[in-house]
Amino acid sequence: MVSSFGTIHIQFLLEGAVWTIILSACAFIGGGVMGLIIALMRISPVWTVRTFAAAYIQLVQGIPLLVLMFTGFFGLPAIGVPVSPLMAATISMTVWVGAYLGEFWRGSLEAVPKSQWEAAECLALSRAQRMFKVIIPQAVRNATPGTVGFMVQIIKNTSLASAVSFVDLTRAGQLINNSIFEPFITFVAVAVIYFLLCFPLSVLSRRLERRMARGMAKA
Amino acid sequence: MSFDFSPIFDRWPMLLSGALMTMLLATAATALGFVIGTLCAVGRNSSYRAASAICAVYVETIRNTPFLVQIFLIFFGLSTLGFTLGAVTVAILALTINVGAYTGEIMRAGFNSVHSGQWEAAECLGLSRLQTYWHVVLFPAVERVYPSLTSQFILLMLASSITSQISVPELTGNANFIQGVSFRPLETYLVIGVIYFALSVVMRQAFNGIGMLIFPRRRRLGTAL
Repeated sequence: MVSSFGTIHIQFLLEGAVWTIILSACAFIGGGVMGLIIALMRISPVWTVRTFAAAYIQLVQGIPLLVLMFTGFFGLPAIGVPVSPLMAATISMTVWVGAYLGEFWRGSLEAVPKSQWEAAECLALSRAQRMFKVIIPQAVRNATPGTVGFMVQIIKNTSLASAVSFVDLTRAGQLINNSIFEPFITFVAVAVIYFLLCFPLSVLSRRLERRMARGMAKA
Repeated sequence: MSFDFSPIFDRWPMLLSGALMTMLLATAATALGFVIGTLCAVGRNSSYRAASAICAVYVETIRNTPFLVQIFLIFFGLSTLGFTLGAVTVAILALTINVGAYTGEIMRAGFNSVHSGQWEAAECLGLSRLQTYWHVVLFPAVERVYPSLTSQFILLMLASSITSQISVPELTGNANFIQGVSFRPLETYLVIGVIYFALSVVMRQAFNGIGMLIFPRRRRLGTAL
């Protein structure tokens, strides 16, 4: 008889959870850089740059992340770029997160009052100075609650990396289920760990949102 | 490296049936999920502690766990409990449960955005709570959150690709098969990427059209109330 669900399995799940966190962090950093670039391109005065960024967002938001994962994992080696599962997952997540954060952050940048842009221009700041010293610091405040909320999406969607044989939390659960066939308790345990990772971020996001709404009401 | 799309296009009936299955999953789960979500929003605003607590637990649980884990839990979990359902049934069930939670939050925002004067007026007319929801609040609430609902349903269509992991023969599942026999993974996934993109564009246009059809105000003024 195969062994039943026990501490050794929980330990294996927790190791998977560590990889889920690592991949989430990589995806958030990569996707954050990508998102910033896309957001800045999206509000560029040059038509071609603006349109290119808009097309990128439209395209990526119309394709499932799972398909992006498969494209990265199977497609990159096919054109001669060997990738590990972690690398493929990180690249795909970066592309995906970049599109969603790019569109979201564009809104945050545009939500900074027009007078701030004009004031920066009156002070003879260059375009880069105006962006990085005046607009972005204020946009960050607008964007924080939503970005924290999006981190939940990132953590949840790293589960799709299991489909390209990256041993994250979900894959660890599948492996355990394959060996002991106790799907109910195994996947409940997996779900609980995901919940413990995501729920605090959800609560934090909501709290930040409320605090910002209060700040707005006062101002 | 040269591109060769012919082995993929030769299997176009598989792509077509996959796309049809994707649309079937999306449509079924959209309709059912809207019902569940609306009931859940009503439950969450209810004055019965137990009802609102159950709905809150449902929404938070679903929103804070990955869909892939939910579908594994339902697919393998139900089979150990003795229910053997087909993959497609499980997929529709799981997608409905998942999108129901998101729709619930959207609909709650919609209900809360209806002016309190409307609620009070309905109460003065002696309408019961459910009558108020049905005759007074539901329509303007849906009208106001219609854009969020449509984005949610397009995300649902994209998420249906995950059901390929329990061997549902939808677009991604069929693509996995095609790339397995043709050894042309990059081309396969590029093609279905384009198909998904086209489906999402079609769905967005369709939802816009439906919105124009059922919300006269949106049609005449170009905006919700």
